[in-house]
Amino acid sequence: MATIVGSVMTSHVPSIGNAIAKHRENDPYWKPFFDGYPPVRAWLDRVKPDVAVVFYQDHGLNFFLDKMPTFAVGAAPEYRNADEGWGIPTVKPVKGDPALSWHIIESLVADEFDITMCQEMKVDHALTLPLALMWPGGGDWPVRVVPITMNHVQHPLPSPKRSYRLGESVGRAIASWKEDVRVLVMGTGGLSHQLDGQRAGFINKPFDLMCMDALVDDPKKLTRYSALDLVREAGAQGTELMAWMAARAALPGRVTKVHSHYHVPISNTAGGLLALQNDGAALARAA
Amino acid sequence: MGGKQRDYGIPGTPIFDGHMAQKGYALNAMCYSFNSADNRAAFKADEDAYCRKFGLNDEQRSAVANRNVLELIAAGGNIYYLAKFAGIFGLDVQDVGAQQTGMTKDAFKAMLLEAGR
Ligand SMILES: [Fe+2]
Repeated sequence: MATIVGSVMTSHVPSIGNAIAKHRENDPYWKPFFDGYPPVRAWLDRVKPDVAVVFYQDHGLNFFLDKMPTFAVGAAPEYRNADEGWGIPTVKPVKGDPALSWHIIESLVADEFDITMCQEMKVDHALTLPLALMWPGGGDWPVRVVPITMNHVQHPLPSPKRSYRLGESVGRAIASWKEDVRVLVMGTGGLSHQLDGQRAGFINKPFDLMCMDALVDDPKKLTRYSALDLVREAGAQGTELMAWMAARAALPGRVTKVHSHYHVPISNTAGGLLALQNDGAALARAA
Repeated sequence: MGGKQRDYGIPGTPIFDGHMAQKGYALNAMCYSFNSADNRAAFKADEDAYCRKFGLNDEQRSAVANRNVLELIAAGGNIYYLAKFAGIFGLDVQDVGAQQTGMTKDAFKAMLLEAGR
């Protein structure tokens, strides 16, 4: 049976891609951000996931306003990155896991989530940069991926509660998968930031830190917010917190915090990182 | 065109809802096309022709000509697609933020640093 080793949530700002390509990880501007990642990489080296199920939003690479799914699940053998128009280098393709994708799709629909199924899907920086942060070195990715996108482009957005329930349902789907694979659940985006309007540059550090704490011990508490509450508290694009909530919700039992990190700013954004171990899986391994 | 823009009561914060998505469709379609380097080059080569091809209205055409982000948003532009437009001129999201807040880029960056303290 499949095992969920844990969850990793991280920010995914495009300029991280340039910083990596230009080897600026140790520049004074970037170092306080990149310094968060080595402990999480060390943990990943120990738990060795085979597959990453990744919650994120597509920022206008794969989807346009002509067809905008609220939630979409990729079921492709391979996912390609491509030119996103803002000048970050593309990275190597990532292998998919179609069998697990279809199992998750069937399980979600049986659970009454009316998701969109995608046998072709380009993946943008919101999937590729978190992979590059976890497994640096240019993209011989040690994991296969199942991408799950959430609409944060066009209102009405899904609610935080619905996003959380989606994560719970994906967690149950993975737990019932017959293959003996080790699965990492990732949520990417946020934390607080706003790119548009006279309030551009808005960041809310107390709110972010409250959310990062809640995600460890009391994640359901965040489901009382509406999407517009998140716009108000975390900025217009800070709603991406919902990807973190979904990734956390996939872990039903006790968790242990592996590492967390918070640094402001990267570009216009509060950079957050949180890694949680699934205690149930860790116990099963020890036994 | 689906009534007027709703007020969501969050100051300085545009909400890209169905009304705006409908209003801005042509503009956003053009900006989405800038995922391709050939299209970016075509825009640079003949901006007028490129805007005509996507059927921009007068408000959108003038916001594009002015390179004015708040005008582009008022004309229905979504910030993620607009960022691809800004990329043509080598502008990043901090340039875009500085323009919208009426700050210099340095002042805008200083504000972000301050938010981290
Ligand atoms: Fe994002």
